[in-house]
Amino acid sequence: MSRLSVKKTYKLYIGGAFPRSESGRSYPVTSAKGEFVANAARASRKDARDAVVAARKAFPGWSGATPYNRGQILYRIAEMLEGRRAQFAEELGGGKRAALEQVDATIDRLVWYAGWSDKIASVRGAANPVAGPYFNLSTPEPTGVVAVVAPADPLLGLVSVVAPVIVTGNTCVVVASEPAPLAAITLAEVLATSDLPGGVVNILTGRQAELAPWLAAHMDVNGLDLTGVADAELALSCEQAAAENLKRVARPVQEDWTADPGIGRMTRFLETKTVWHPMGV
Amino acid sequence: MFEYAPAPESRDVVDLKSSYGLFIDGEFVDGSGPSFKTVNPATEETLAEVATASAEDVDRAVRAARKAFDGWSALPGAERAKYLFRIARLIQERARELAVLESLDNGKPIRESRDVDVPLVAAHFFYYAGWADKLEYAGFGTKPLGVAGQVIPWNFPLLMLAWKIAPALACGNTVVLKPAETTPLTALLFAEICRQADLPPGVVNIVTGAGETGAAVVAHPDIDKVAFTGSTEVGRLIARAVAGTGKKLTLELGGKAANIVFDDAALDQAVEGIVNGIFFNQGHVCCAGSRLLVQESVAEELLAALKRRLGTLRLGDPLDKNTDIGAINSAEQLAKIRRLSDLGEAEGAERWSPACELPEQGYWFPPTLFTGVAQSHSIAREEIFGPVLSVLTFRTPAEAVEKANNTPYGLSAGVWTEKGSRILWMADKLRAGVVWANTFNKFDPTSPFGGYKESGYGREGGLAGLEAYLDV
Repeated sequence: MSRLSVKKTYKLYIGGAFPRSESGRSYPVTSAKGEFVANAARASRKDARDAVVAARKAFPGWSGATPYNRGQILYRIAEMLEGRRAQFAEELGGGKRAALEQVDATIDRLVWYAGWSDKIASVRGAANPVAGPYFNLSTPEPTGVVAVVAPADPLLGLVSVVAPVIVTGNTCVVVASEPAPLAAITLAEVLATSDLPGGVVNILTGRQAELAPWLAAHMDVNGLDLTGVADAELALSCEQAAAENLKRVARPVQEDWTADPGIGRMTRFLETKTVWHPMGV
Repeated sequence: MFEYAPAPESRDVVDLKSSYGLFIDGEFVDGSGPSFKTVNPATEETLAEVATASAEDVDRAVRAARKAFDGWSALPGAERAKYLFRIARLIQERARELAVLESLDNGKPIRESRDVDVPLVAAHFFYYAGWADKLEYAGFGTKPLGVAGQVIPWNFPLLMLAWKIAPALACGNTVVLKPAETTPLTALLFAEICRQADLPPGVVNIVTGAGETGAAVVAHPDIDKVAFTGSTEVGRLIARAVAGTGKKLTLELGGKAANIVFDDAALDQAVEGIVNGIFFNQGHVCCAGSRLLVQESVAEELLAALKRRLGTLRLGDPLDKNTDIGAINSAEQLAKIRRLSDLGEAEGAERWSPACELPEQGYWFPPTLFTGVAQSHSIAREEIFGPVLSVLTFRTPAEAVEKANNTPYGLSAGVWTEKGSRILWMADKLRAGVVWANTFNKFDPTSPFGGYKESGYGREGGLAGLEAYLDV
């Protein structure tokens, strides 16, 4: 007798927990061939606000953790993902080989960013030789809570926008790919078992056009990454809304996620802090 | 004073073999030189027989490293990174084993090997792993040098190995490393870790032996880079030996650091810092704060507090978790400490040690301080490399700087004051590679370490540490 499988309920990931949408809504996710795969939670404005609260709450701890500690945790995420290669490849669908390549590239991307945790300050910080008897030092610091609209690429694209935001100490609220949100929720299961404190990454699934504007206008969000917004009008209105509290905005881009990522995605959500101190007996 | 019941860490975690070979091209092989014994300095018990690498063995190791270089340097940085991350994780996994073995072979307290040495070793590999695919951001180019010959001392056997091997491999070099003859065991355990990490054969080669083996590594014509940590005396010989060759050289040598206490310092904290500065690792630390410069107005008060604190230090079994001061690493080093201390008395300084019972077996020296020390005294000029502190006084900041810099060395210095501007003024004037303010003996893989003047050249750690292993 064939066994009936137990299917997973895909929920949101907020503050380290997996709640359903408070709205009680969901939407069907289909395969490339149009077949039903699962229902994903359709997050509401209230869910988005809850996620921002969770991200803000996690910020002092995460930004205050040592860079070494944050690097270890990102590396741990890579380790956990490696252990679930097959599961992610299956969930991504398409050709098995291509899917595995995507997963491998995602793991390597995490390792790349893990190493940056304790190096970005050496590359982007400076001792400034001011003309006077002062010690003057500039160091990069995280911007705060960043809202990220993830690109369509469900895993590599997602990790390529989230890892650079959190490795430097920011916390984030992510709107997953609307047509392909399931890998994001499975990734949340990886995050939840990688010593990443709850609330550092919060993942919403649902309608991009419904969620992004609330995050763009939210006064407790400090940065906005619109990478995944394909609709130019939506991107424009989000950027305009973001101006209200001068969020740092990353405009939508078409990116080749397999290319060398560089450091721009980290530096975009970093502030530079300069400290002066007199020198003298 | 409290009585402490013994709290020994178990040795069971370490699986000692009766004899050890060399690690060449991914295999453990016999050495062709006569084998030697490595002993537990706390008991004089022989721990194992270790092979001596002859010049031919060194040549084999260099050839293995050369053969491995093409493949290793051609690997994408991200792949080299993953090997180094693996090594970092394996070190974390086998941390207690490494710590116990280090304390057995070196004599340092388990509290230090467990809480300082081994965590720093793992962190160092973790840190440089991350650089392997980011070299283009460091500003030194991305071209490795080739085969690095590395000779390390006995005071931090595994940590010095990490400082040498991690950046070398991250930059794409292969290495031949010679550990000190009195402390080869953790390096050989590290070789086993390289195998567990599936590191390609020949990327790391470990040749054991004494000075002759080290000299053979340095002199080998197919070595592109020499890195040495040890005495200034040997550093000079090496600098002379590589003169006129194409070899790149970095040296991390001796020190005679001043630990300067101003009258506004938090004295209790300063006392802890002074103790850490000179009695950490039995004073076998090149950057040890071996000269205490204390402002005259607080000298009496500080010395009284310092003596009180020394009376509470616990000397004994390195594997006991309550031990503060372990064994001197070798009979030879003990003789040197005794000779210089006797000289201190003969030259007119006043010697003081707390009541301190020394074990009958093994090599031991009590925590010792000298007062009435003049700058001309041998104990104020020569590196003792033991638990011996020379106390001098000063009146003004300018005098403190003058005295602190009055040494051929320039590795480190300490400043204790509650005034931030004075810390920075002092840091500006001190001719030393590392200046600790209101702390001492702090190390981190992200922070460059190395000396001015006769304390050597080149830096280890941080972004700066990459320069030594790239063709700049």
